[in-house]
Amino acid sequence: MIDKRIASVREAVADVFDGATVMVGGFGEAGSPIELVHALIDQGATGLTVVSNNMGSGEVGLAALLRAGRVARAVCSFPRTANSTVFPELFHAGKIELELVPQGTLAERIRAGGAGIEAFYTPTAVGTPLGEGKERRTINGRECVLEHGLRADFALIKCRRADAHGNLVYNKTARNFSPVMAMAGRVTIAQAREVVAAGEIDPEAVVTPGIFVDRVVHVAEPAHESELIAAGATYP
Amino acid sequence: MSAGVGWDREAMARRVAEDIPDGSYVNLGIGIPELVARFVPEGRELVYHTENGLLGMGPSPAEGEGDPELINAGKRRVTANPGASYFHQSDSFAMIRGGHLDLCVLGALQVAENGDLANWSTGGEDAIPAVGGAMDLAAGVKSIYVVTQHTTKEGEAKLVERCTYPLTGLGVVDRVYTDLAVIEVTPEGFRLVELAPGATLEMVRERTGARVLEPARTAGAG
Repeated sequence: MIDKRIASVREAVADVFDGATVMVGGFGEAGSPIELVHALIDQGATGLTVVSNNMGSGEVGLAALLRAGRVARAVCSFPRTANSTVFPELFHAGKIELELVPQGTLAERIRAGGAGIEAFYTPTAVGTPLGEGKERRTINGRECVLEHGLRADFALIKCRRADAHGNLVYNKTARNFSPVMAMAGRVTIAQAREVVAAGEIDPEAVVTPGIFVDRVVHVAEPAHESELIAAGATYP
Repeated sequence: MSAGVGWDREAMARRVAEDIPDGSYVNLGIGIPELVARFVPEGRELVYHTENGLLGMGPSPAEGEGDPELINAGKRRVTANPGASYFHQSDSFAMIRGGHLDLCVLGALQVAENGDLANWSTGGEDAIPAVGGAMDLAAGVKSIYVVTQHTTKEGEAKLVERCTYPLTGLGVVDRVYTDLAVIEVTPEGFRLVELAPGATLEMVRERTGARVLEPARTAGAG
Protein backbone atom coordinates (compact mmCIF):
# COMPACT_ATOMS: atom_id res chain seq x y z
CA MET A 1 0.00 0.00 0.00
CA ILE A 2 1.60 3.23 -1.11
CA ASP A 3 0.47 6.31 0.73
CA LYS A 4 2.98 9.16 0.96
CA ARG A 5 0.65 11.53 2.77
CA ILE A 6 2.01 13.00 6.00
CA ALA A 7 -0.31 14.70 8.47
CA SER A 8 1.59 17.95 9.08
CA VAL A 9 4.50 20.05 7.85
CA ARG A 10 6.08 19.53 11.29
CA GLU A 11 6.20 15.75 10.84
CA ALA A 12 7.24 16.11 7.19
CA VAL A 13 10.55 17.83 8.09
CA ALA A 14 11.16 16.11 11.45
CA ASP A 15 14.28 14.20 10.33
CA VAL A 16 16.23 17.04 8.68
CA PHE A 17 19.63 16.85 10.37
CA ASP A 18 22.32 19.41 11.18
CA GLY A 19 24.65 19.97 8.23
CA ALA A 20 22.15 18.61 5.69
CA THR A 21 21.98 19.88 2.12
CA VAL A 22 18.46 21.11 1.45
CA MET A 23 17.10 22.15 -1.95
CA VAL A 24 14.29 24.68 -1.78
CA GLY A 25 12.06 25.19 -4.81
CA GLY A 26 10.86 28.53 -6.07
CA PHE A 27 11.83 31.47 -8.23
CA GLY A 28 11.21 34.53 -6.10
CA GLU A 29 7.94 33.89 -4.32
CA ALA A 30 6.52 31.68 -7.09
CA GLY A 31 6.79 28.09 -5.91
CA SER A 32 8.51 28.89 -2.63
CA PRO A 33 7.37 26.29 -0.05
CA ILE A 34 7.04 28.80 2.78
CA GLU A 35 5.14 26.52 5.17
CA LEU A 36 7.76 23.75 4.89
CA VAL A 37 10.56 26.28 5.41
CA HIS A 38 8.81 27.69 8.48
CA ALA A 39 8.42 24.15 9.82
CA LEU A 40 12.15 23.67 9.28
CA ILE A 41 12.83 26.83 11.33
CA ASP A 42 10.69 25.41 14.17
CA GLN A 43 12.45 22.05 13.85
CA GLY A 44 15.84 23.63 14.50
CA ALA A 45 18.29 21.91 12.13
CA THR A 46 21.34 24.11 11.58
CA GLY A 47 24.58 24.36 9.60
CA LEU A 48 22.53 23.71 6.46
CA THR A 49 23.61 24.08 2.86
CA VAL A 50 20.67 25.53 0.95
CA VAL A 51 20.38 25.16 -2.83
CA SER A 52 17.84 27.62 -4.23
CA ASN A 53 17.64 30.14 -7.06
CA ASN A 54 17.17 33.07 -4.65
CA MET A 55 17.82 33.50 -0.93
CA GLY A 56 14.49 34.90 0.19
CA SER A 57 12.89 38.30 0.70
CA GLY A 58 11.68 40.21 3.73
CA GLU A 59 11.82 38.32 7.04
CA VAL A 60 9.75 35.26 6.07
CA GLY A 61 10.35 31.92 4.36
CA LEU A 62 13.93 31.33 3.22
CA ALA A 63 15.03 34.77 4.47
CA ALA A 64 13.71 33.85 7.95
CA LEU A 65 15.68 30.57 7.87
CA LEU A 66 18.80 32.61 7.09
CA ARG A 67 17.92 35.16 9.78
CA ALA A 68 17.64 32.31 12.32
CA GLY A 69 21.28 31.50 11.55
CA ARG A 70 20.59 28.02 10.22
CA VAL A 71 22.27 28.32 6.82
CA ALA A 72 26.04 28.03 6.56
CA ARG A 73 26.26 27.89 2.79
CA ALA A 74 24.14 28.99 -0.15
CA VAL A 75 24.26 27.56 -3.68
CA CYS A 76 22.36 30.11 -5.66
CA SER A 77 22.11 32.06 -8.92
CA PHE A 78 20.58 35.32 -7.72
CA PRO A 79 20.84 35.94 -3.97
CA ARG A 80 20.02 39.66 -4.21
CA THR A 81 16.40 40.29 -5.08
CA ALA A 82 13.92 43.08 -4.42
CA ASN A 83 13.23 43.22 -0.65
CA SER A 84 16.08 40.85 0.13
CA THR A 85 18.05 42.29 3.02
CA VAL A 86 18.92 39.27 5.15
CA PHE A 87 21.28 37.59 2.69
CA PRO A 88 23.27 40.77 1.91
CA GLU A 89 23.61 41.48 5.64
CA LEU A 90 24.90 37.98 6.46
CA PHE A 91 27.15 37.91 3.39
CA HIS A 92 28.80 41.24 4.25
CA ALA A 93 29.26 40.04 7.83
CA GLY A 94 30.99 36.88 6.55
CA LYS A 95 28.33 34.71 8.17
CA ILE A 96 27.29 32.81 5.06
CA GLU A 97 29.27 31.22 2.26
CA LEU A 98 28.06 31.64 -1.33
CA GLU A 99 28.59 29.45 -4.37
CA LEU A 100 27.24 31.52 -7.25
CA VAL A 101 26.02 29.41 -10.19
CA PRO A 102 24.48 30.57 -13.48
CA GLN A 103 20.76 29.81 -13.38
CA GLY A 104 20.74 27.35 -16.27
CA THR A 105 23.82 25.59 -14.96
CA LEU A 106 22.17 25.38 -11.54
CA ALA A 107 19.06 23.80 -13.07
CA GLU A 108 21.08 21.34 -15.12
CA ARG A 109 23.39 20.42 -12.22
CA ILE A 110 20.29 19.57 -10.18
CA ARG A 111 18.73 17.64 -13.06
CA ALA A 112 22.00 15.77 -13.64
CA GLY A 113 22.30 14.93 -9.95
CA GLY A 114 18.80 13.49 -9.97
CA ALA A 115 19.40 11.65 -13.23
CA GLY A 116 22.62 9.91 -12.18
CA ILE A 117 24.87 12.04 -14.40
CA GLU A 118 27.95 12.90 -12.34
CA ALA A 119 29.08 15.84 -14.48
CA PHE A 120 28.60 17.49 -17.86
CA TYR A 121 30.25 20.04 -20.15
CA THR A 122 28.52 23.35 -20.88
CA PRO A 123 29.55 26.52 -22.75
CA THR A 124 27.91 28.70 -20.11
CA ALA A 125 30.40 30.82 -18.11
CA VAL A 126 33.42 30.10 -20.34
CA GLY A 127 35.79 33.07 -20.10
CA THR A 128 33.96 34.58 -17.14
CA PRO A 129 34.83 34.62 -13.42
CA LEU A 130 32.28 31.84 -12.82
CA GLY A 131 34.15 29.57 -15.25
CA GLU A 132 37.53 30.09 -13.59
CA GLY A 133 39.25 27.08 -12.07
CA LYS A 134 36.96 24.64 -13.84
CA GLU A 135 38.16 21.89 -16.13
CA ARG A 136 37.88 23.07 -19.76
CA ARG A 137 37.46 21.14 -22.94
CA THR A 138 36.60 22.01 -26.53
CA ILE A 139 33.82 19.80 -27.88
CA ASN A 140 32.47 20.15 -31.42
CA GLY A 141 34.44 23.38 -31.67
CA ARG A 142 32.75 24.86 -28.62
CA GLU A 143 34.73 25.66 -25.54
CA CYS A 144 33.07 24.26 -22.42
CA VAL A 145 33.56 23.98 -18.65
CA LEU A 146 32.92 20.87 -16.59
CA GLU A 147 30.07 21.17 -14.10
CA HIS A 148 29.14 18.58 -11.48
CA GLY A 149 25.72 17.20 -10.67
CA LEU A 150 24.09 18.32 -7.43
CA ARG A 151 22.16 16.14 -5.01
CA ALA A 152 20.53 16.97 -1.73
CA ASP A 153 19.59 15.18 1.47
CA PHE A 154 16.19 16.84 1.33
CA ALA A 155 14.23 18.76 -1.31
CA LEU A 156 11.37 21.00 -0.17
CA ILE A 157 8.95 21.90 -2.94
CA LYS A 158 5.46 23.26 -3.50
CA CYS A 159 2.81 22.13 -5.96
CA ARG A 160 -0.83 22.69 -6.77
CA ARG A 161 -2.06 19.10 -6.60
CA ALA A 162 -0.58 15.84 -5.37
CA ASP A 163 -1.95 12.33 -5.13
CA ALA A 164 -1.19 9.69 -2.51
CA HIS A 165 1.52 8.20 -4.77
CA GLY A 166 3.32 11.56 -4.93
CA ASN A 167 2.41 12.41 -8.52
CA LEU A 168 2.50 16.20 -8.80
CA VAL A 169 0.96 18.98 -10.87
CA TYR A 170 2.15 22.57 -10.49
CA ASN A 171 0.73 26.06 -10.95
CA LYS A 172 1.99 28.26 -13.81
CA THR A 173 5.53 29.64 -13.33
CA ALA A 174 5.62 28.25 -9.77
CA ARG A 175 6.83 25.00 -11.35
CA ASN A 176 10.37 26.36 -11.98
CA PHE A 177 12.97 24.31 -10.05
CA SER A 178 10.61 21.88 -8.29
CA PRO A 179 10.53 19.03 -10.85
CA VAL A 180 14.35 18.80 -11.02
CA MET A 181 14.77 19.23 -7.27
CA ALA A 182 12.27 16.42 -6.72
CA MET A 183 14.62 14.20 -8.74
CA ALA A 184 17.75 15.30 -6.87
CA GLY A 185 16.43 15.05 -3.31
CA ARG A 186 17.16 11.80 -1.47
CA VAL A 187 14.04 12.69 0.52
CA THR A 188 11.66 14.93 -1.42
CA ILE A 189 8.87 16.61 0.50
CA ALA A 190 6.07 18.33 -1.42
CA GLN A 191 3.51 20.67 0.06
CA ALA A 192 0.33 20.63 -1.99
CA ARG A 193 -2.64 22.95 -2.12
CA GLU A 194 -4.81 19.94 -2.85
CA VAL A 195 -4.21 16.25 -2.08
CA VAL A 196 -6.23 13.61 -3.90
CA ALA A 197 -6.43 9.82 -4.06
CA ALA A 198 -4.28 7.89 -6.53
CA GLY A 199 -6.00 7.83 -9.90
CA GLU A 200 -7.50 11.30 -9.63
CA ILE A 201 -4.70 12.97 -11.61
CA ASP A 202 -4.73 12.10 -15.32
CA PRO A 203 -1.47 10.17 -15.93
CA GLU A 204 -1.01 12.25 -19.11
CA ALA A 205 -1.03 15.42 -17.00
CA VAL A 206 1.41 14.31 -14.30
CA VAL A 207 4.45 16.63 -14.32
CA THR A 208 6.50 14.99 -11.55
CA PRO A 209 6.02 11.19 -11.38
CA GLY A 210 5.53 9.95 -7.83
CA ILE A 211 8.75 7.91 -7.78
CA PHE A 212 10.63 11.21 -7.23
CA VAL A 213 8.49 12.20 -4.25
CA ASP A 214 8.69 10.71 -0.74
CA ARG A 215 6.27 12.78 1.32
CA VAL A 216 3.18 14.81 0.51
CA VAL A 217 1.70 17.26 2.98
CA HIS A 218 -1.51 19.22 2.53
CA VAL A 219 -1.24 23.02 2.84
CA ALA A 220 -4.59 24.25 1.62
CA GLU A 221 -3.98 28.00 1.71
CA PRO A 222 -0.24 28.62 1.29
CA ALA A 223 0.99 32.09 2.14
CA HIS A 224 2.41 34.34 -0.59
CA GLU A 225 5.72 35.95 0.28
CA SER A 226 4.76 39.33 -1.24
CA GLU A 227 1.60 39.49 0.87
CA LEU A 228 3.48 38.57 4.05
CA ILE A 229 6.10 41.23 3.30
CA ALA A 230 3.43 43.85 2.56
CA ALA A 231 1.88 43.03 5.95
CA GLY A 232 5.28 43.43 7.67
CA ALA A 233 5.27 39.76 8.75
CA THR A 234 8.27 38.07 10.37
CA TYR A 235 8.89 34.43 11.28
CA PRO A 236 8.89 32.98 13.89
CA MET B 1 22.81 65.36 -23.94
CA SER B 2 21.07 68.36 -25.43
CA ALA B 3 17.29 68.22 -25.55
CA GLY B 4 15.76 66.72 -28.66
CA VAL B 5 18.84 64.70 -29.52
CA GLY B 6 18.58 60.92 -29.55
CA TRP B 7 15.98 58.32 -28.66
CA ASP B 8 14.30 58.01 -25.25
CA ARG B 9 13.80 54.61 -23.61
CA GLU B 10 10.53 53.95 -25.43
CA ALA B 11 11.99 54.96 -28.79
CA MET B 12 15.01 52.70 -28.21
CA ALA B 13 12.67 49.79 -27.44
CA ARG B 14 10.58 50.62 -30.53
CA ARG B 15 13.70 50.68 -32.70
CA VAL B 16 14.73 47.21 -31.46
CA ALA B 17 11.22 45.85 -32.07
CA GLU B 18 11.37 46.99 -35.73
CA ASP B 19 14.29 44.60 -36.31
CA ILE B 20 12.67 41.45 -34.89
CA PRO B 21 11.34 39.19 -37.67
CA ASP B 22 7.80 37.81 -37.60
CA GLY B 23 7.51 34.44 -35.86
CA SER B 24 10.62 34.85 -33.70
CA TYR B 25 11.02 33.25 -30.28
CA VAL B 26 12.53 35.99 -28.13
CA ASN B 27 13.86 36.30 -24.60
CA LEU B 28 13.65 39.82 -23.19
CA GLY B 29 15.92 40.88 -20.32
CA ILE B 30 15.06 43.21 -17.47
CA GLY B 31 14.73 47.00 -17.88
CA ILE B 32 14.52 48.65 -21.33
CA PRO B 33 14.34 45.18 -22.99
CA GLU B 34 11.01 44.61 -21.21
CA LEU B 35 9.57 47.62 -23.08
CA VAL B 36 10.28 46.00 -26.45
CA ALA B 37 7.15 43.83 -26.11
CA ARG B 38 4.99 46.98 -26.27
CA PHE B 39 6.25 48.02 -29.71
CA VAL B 40 5.95 45.00 -31.94
CA PRO B 41 4.95 46.29 -35.39
CA GLU B 42 1.46 45.52 -36.64
CA GLY B 43 1.08 42.17 -38.38
CA ARG B 44 3.98 40.41 -36.63
CA GLU B 45 3.55 37.66 -34.08
CA LEU B 46 6.41 37.10 -31.64
CA VAL B 47 6.60 34.54 -28.84
CA TYR B 48 8.27 35.80 -25.68
CA HIS B 49 10.22 33.48 -23.44
CA THR B 50 10.86 34.22 -19.79
CA GLU B 51 13.51 31.95 -18.33
CA ASN B 52 11.63 31.19 -15.12
CA GLY B 53 9.40 28.94 -17.19
CA LEU B 54 6.93 30.49 -19.62
CA LEU B 55 6.81 30.67 -23.41
CA GLY B 56 4.10 32.99 -24.71
CA MET B 57 4.42 35.69 -22.08
CA GLY B 58 1.83 38.45 -22.34
CA PRO B 59 1.74 41.95 -20.84
CA SER B 60 1.56 42.66 -17.10
CA PRO B 61 -1.98 42.73 -15.65
CA ALA B 62 -3.41 45.85 -13.99
CA GLU B 63 -1.82 46.77 -10.65
CA GLY B 64 -3.05 44.43 -7.90
CA GLU B 65 -4.37 41.86 -10.38
CA GLY B 66 -2.83 38.68 -11.73
CA ASP B 67 -1.36 35.64 -10.01
CA PRO B 68 1.72 35.76 -7.74
CA GLU B 69 2.63 32.41 -9.30
CA LEU B 70 2.60 33.84 -12.84
CA ILE B 71 5.64 36.08 -13.02
CA ASN B 72 8.53 36.99 -15.32
CA ALA B 73 12.28 36.81 -14.79
CA GLY B 74 12.13 40.24 -13.14
CA LYS B 75 9.61 38.74 -10.68
CA ARG B 76 6.82 41.01 -11.95
CA ARG B 77 3.36 39.61 -12.56
CA VAL B 78 2.61 38.88 -16.22
CA THR B 79 -0.05 37.10 -18.27
CA ALA B 80 0.06 34.11 -20.61
CA ASN B 81 -0.97 34.54 -24.25
CA PRO B 82 -3.06 32.00 -26.18
CA GLY B 83 -0.68 29.19 -27.19
CA ALA B 84 1.49 29.66 -24.09
CA SER B 85 3.22 26.85 -22.21
CA TYR B 86 4.77 26.37 -18.77
CA PHE B 87 7.85 24.25 -18.13
CA HIS B 88 10.52 23.62 -15.53
CA GLN B 89 13.95 25.27 -15.32
CA SER B 90 15.89 22.52 -17.02
CA ASP B 91 13.57 22.63 -20.05
CA SER B 92 13.67 26.42 -20.04
CA PHE B 93 17.46 26.47 -20.22
CA ALA B 94 17.43 23.69 -22.80
CA MET B 95 15.54 26.18 -24.98
CA ILE B 96 18.21 28.78 -24.22
CA ARG B 97 21.40 26.72 -24.34
CA GLY B 98 20.13 24.40 -27.04
CA GLY B 99 19.91 27.27 -29.53
CA HIS B 100 16.12 27.09 -29.85
CA LEU B 101 15.51 30.79 -29.20
CA ASP B 102 16.08 33.16 -32.12
CA LEU B 103 16.97 36.29 -30.22
CA CYS B 104 17.71 37.67 -26.79
CA VAL B 105 17.51 41.37 -25.95
CA LEU B 106 19.63 42.27 -22.93
CA GLY B 107 20.83 45.30 -21.03
CA ALA B 108 24.55 45.88 -20.53
CA LEU B 109 27.13 47.51 -18.32
CA GLN B 110 29.74 47.30 -21.09
CA VAL B 111 30.00 45.92 -24.62
CA ALA B 112 33.42 45.50 -26.25
CA GLU B 113 34.23 45.91 -29.94
CA ASN B 114 34.86 42.15 -30.17
CA GLY B 115 31.32 41.45 -28.92
CA ASP B 116 32.24 40.65 -25.31
CA LEU B 117 29.41 41.42 -22.91
CA ALA B 118 29.57 42.50 -19.26
CA ASN B 119 26.14 42.85 -17.67
CA TRP B 120 26.02 41.10 -14.29
CA SER B 121 28.51 42.70 -11.94
CA THR B 122 30.72 45.75 -11.59
CA GLY B 123 33.07 43.59 -9.56
CA GLY B 124 32.89 46.01 -6.62
CA GLU B 125 33.99 44.79 -3.19
CA ASP B 126 30.60 45.58 -1.65
CA ALA B 127 28.49 44.14 -4.46
CA ILE B 128 26.43 41.03 -3.74
CA PRO B 129 27.23 38.78 -6.68
CA ALA B 130 24.12 37.68 -8.59
CA VAL B 131 24.04 36.35 -12.14
CA GLY B 132 20.68 34.70 -12.86
CA GLY B 133 20.37 33.42 -16.43
CA ALA B 134 22.55 36.03 -18.15
CA MET B 135 25.52 33.75 -18.85
CA ASP B 136 23.32 30.93 -20.18
CA LEU B 137 21.52 33.37 -22.49
CA ALA B 138 24.82 34.82 -23.72
CA ALA B 139 26.23 31.36 -24.38
CA GLY B 140 23.16 29.83 -25.98
CA VAL B 141 20.93 32.21 -27.92
CA LYS B 142 21.62 32.63 -31.66
CA SER B 143 21.51 36.44 -31.69
CA ILE B 144 22.14 38.81 -28.81
CA TYR B 145 20.95 42.40 -29.12
CA VAL B 146 21.94 44.84 -26.41
CA VAL B 147 19.82 47.88 -25.63
CA THR B 148 21.46 50.44 -23.37
CA GLN B 149 22.20 54.13 -22.89
CA HIS B 150 25.29 55.04 -24.90
CA THR B 151 27.15 56.19 -21.78
CA THR B 152 26.79 55.85 -18.01
CA LYS B 153 25.09 58.58 -15.98
CA GLU B 154 28.60 59.89 -15.31
CA GLY B 155 29.27 60.08 -19.06
CA GLU B 156 31.63 57.12 -19.25
CA ALA B 157 31.60 55.05 -22.41
CA LYS B 158 29.75 51.73 -22.23
CA LEU B 159 30.93 50.69 -25.70
CA VAL B 160 34.61 50.01 -25.20
CA GLU B 161 37.69 48.31 -26.69
CA ARG B 162 37.82 45.73 -23.90
CA CYS B 163 35.39 45.24 -21.01
CA THR B 164 36.83 46.06 -17.60
CA TYR B 165 33.89 44.59 -15.66
CA PRO B 166 33.56 40.82 -15.14
CA LEU B 167 32.38 39.20 -18.37
CA THR B 168 29.03 37.52 -19.03
CA GLY B 169 30.03 36.03 -22.37
CA LEU B 170 32.78 36.20 -24.99
CA GLY B 171 32.11 37.62 -28.46
CA VAL B 172 28.35 37.18 -28.17
CA VAL B 173 26.84 40.60 -28.98
CA ASP B 174 25.56 41.15 -32.53
CA ARG B 175 23.99 44.59 -32.29
CA VAL B 176 23.78 47.49 -29.85
CA TYR B 177 20.83 49.89 -29.69
CA THR B 178 21.60 53.05 -27.73
CA ASP B 179 19.95 56.43 -27.28
CA LEU B 180 22.24 57.73 -30.06
CA ALA B 181 22.63 54.98 -32.61
CA VAL B 182 22.23 51.44 -33.82
CA ILE B 183 25.65 49.82 -34.04
CA GLU B 184 26.58 46.37 -35.25
CA VAL B 185 29.49 44.34 -33.99
CA THR B 186 31.57 43.17 -36.95
CA PRO B 187 34.89 41.33 -37.22
CA GLU B 188 36.40 44.81 -37.79
CA GLY B 189 34.75 46.24 -34.67
CA PHE B 190 31.79 48.56 -34.09
CA ARG B 191 30.09 49.76 -37.26
CA LEU B 192 27.37 52.40 -37.38
CA VAL B 193 24.05 51.22 -38.81
CA GLU B 194 21.81 54.17 -38.08
CA LEU B 195 21.86 57.44 -36.15
CA ALA B 196 19.11 58.58 -33.80
CA PRO B 197 17.40 61.90 -34.64
CA GLY B 198 19.82 64.79 -34.07
CA ALA B 199 22.82 62.54 -33.46
CA THR B 200 25.95 62.65 -35.61
CA LEU B 201 28.72 60.15 -36.21
CA GLU B 202 31.15 62.57 -34.48
CA MET B 203 28.91 62.69 -31.41
CA VAL B 204 28.74 58.87 -31.33
CA ARG B 205 32.52 58.58 -31.73
CA GLU B 206 33.15 61.07 -28.90
CA ARG B 207 31.04 58.97 -26.54
CA THR B 208 32.40 55.58 -27.57
CA GLY B 209 35.53 54.07 -26.04
CA ALA B 210 36.49 52.28 -29.25
CA ARG B 211 36.65 52.91 -32.99
CA VAL B 212 33.27 53.31 -34.74
CA LEU B 213 33.34 52.54 -38.46
CA GLU B 214 31.17 54.33 -40.99
CA PRO B 215 28.09 52.50 -42.23
CA ALA B 216 28.65 49.89 -44.91
CA ARG B 217 27.90 51.61 -48.25
CA THR B 218 26.38 48.73 -50.13
CA ALA B 219 25.28 45.30 -49.16
CA GLY B 220 28.00 42.76 -49.73
CA ALA B 221 30.78 45.38 -50.16
CA GLY B 222 34.15 44.72 -48.59
